Amino acid sequence: MITMKEVYKRYPNGVVAANGIDIQIDQGEFVYVVGASGAGKSTFIKMMYREEKPTSGQIIVNGVDITKLKNSKVPLFRRNIGVVFQDFKLLPKLTVYENIAFALEVIEESPRVTKKKVMEVLELVNLKHKARMFPNELSGGEQQRVSIARSIVNSPLVVIADEPTGNLDPDTSWEIMRIFEEINARGTTVIMATHNKEIVNTKKHRVIAIENGLIVRDEQRGDYGYEN
Amino acid sequence: MKIRTLGRHIKESGKSIARNGWMTFASISAVTVTLLLVGVFYVILMNLNEVATSIEKDVSIKVLVDTTAGETEREDLLNKLKKMDKIESIIFSSKEQELDELITSFGDEGDLFKELYEERNPLNDAFIIKTKDPIDTMEVAKQIETFDYVYKVNYGKGEVEKLFNVIDASRNVGLALIIGLLFTAIFLISNTIKITINSRRKEIEIMRLVGATNGFIRWPFFLEGLWLGILGSIIPITLIAFLYKEVYSYIQPKLEGHFIRLLEFTPFIYEVSGLILGLGCLIGTLGSLLSVRKFLKV
Repeated sequence: MITMKEVYKRYPNGVVAANGIDIQIDQGEFVYVVGASGAGKSTFIKMMYREEKPTSGQIIVNGVDITKLKNSKVPLFRRNIGVVFQDFKLLPKLTVYENIAFALEVIEESPRVTKKKVMEVLELVNLKHKARMFPNELSGGEQQRVSIARSIVNSPLVVIADEPTGNLDPDTSWEIMRIFEEINARGTTVIMATHNKEIVNTKKHRVIAIENGLIVRDEQRGDYGYEN
Repeated sequence: MKIRTLGRHIKESGKSIARNGWMTFASISAVTVTLLLVGVFYVILMNLNEVATSIEKDVSIKVLVDTTAGETEREDLLNKLKKMDKIESIIFSSKEQELDELITSFGDEGDLFKELYEERNPLNDAFIIKTKDPIDTMEVAKQIETFDYVYKVNYGKGEVEKLFNVIDASRNVGLALIIGLLFTAIFLISNTIKITINSRRKEIEIMRLVGATNGFIRWPFFLEGLWLGILGSIIPITLIAFLYKEVYSYIQPKLEGHFIRLLEFTPFIYEVSGLILGLGCLIGTLGSLLSVRKFLKV
């Protein structure tokens, strides 16, 4: 599903965020990416959806070497990937329904299919009753659920989440986790960068630990391994 | 592109114009001021050109025949002139005709000349010559000066050269000003739209994230620029049409009987309006697309 070979990333300011990463993530896996702030987690994740390009090395996603992908092909590639952020990235002037439908609108999906798919994911994140509300009328957890719904509405093969519970209280974080596990159970690969020790240690999955741009630990059903 | 998508883009561009009230106003004002200036310059330039062309057409050479020349010598001179290929027409004006013209041109006081010169006409017979190309006037005049029995050659020495220089210079200056103004406008618009885009950074970011193509993202901005251009050209078109009509109806009657004239209100005003509208659309879309460019880098 995702393969990185000898991936290096050096930013123009000299910071090395990836220092020879080799990794293989298979279809249907659930992977935590852990490590201290500034260790290179975000770069690792951003390179997977071509938000960042490595300085050297190969990244193959779903059979395509995305380091060689033409800029014009990037939008098509992104349609196979759902991305979720810590700050939700919702459009404040659109309702819950419209925020999710937006992802289908930009790929010119028909209104009939859009409606059907948006309703399905709203059901999954349990927000059907709030479809007409605006983001600022929702709690943080609800906003993140909208953001997750948007990331999966296009049925992507993989969902990448960058600290999705970073802004949320423990209870809400568990609710978000439940949704990710449900998405994963349906066959979608989930890659989640997180600082949430409790979640990682309780809901056991593969753990990839990054330090100084290098993978220092890669364990199936691993522990968080750091003191917060 | 699907019709539904085009409809979405039109709706989005309209929404953005309404949402960014002050910025929209600033952009439209920039377009309006520029187009107004360009329009006014264009109207002046085209009329100057028209006047210049009519003056150019009117430039003629008057060859005064020496009083010592008899009929045969005059015929010889005429034949010589006819042989010059840069000359378009030659009109003979006898000294009696010349005197009549002089008397008429002085109006009532002309009678004085009549009494004074009726006995002995001091004027010369003349050939009035027009060259095929007004620019050859000086060269032809100098050539004729060397012919026998030519008393004097008048062609507005110095003034013709000056006139041609002034016409050329004003054409170039006007053109340079118009081009300069257009660039300024594109710069102004791209900057104002850049500010409105900054507030929509997030929207563009999300669009890119969910896989919208650059073309899809660009469309609403392209249309927004187009609307700004069209809205910005309304005032200049109306104002210039109104002012030109006023100026035309004030000046043109005064020019009746003279060889110079202004360009007629229609169709000239359609041409100007078309130009203003076209330029408005061009600078609007160009400015808008320029400013969205940097947000689309992957």
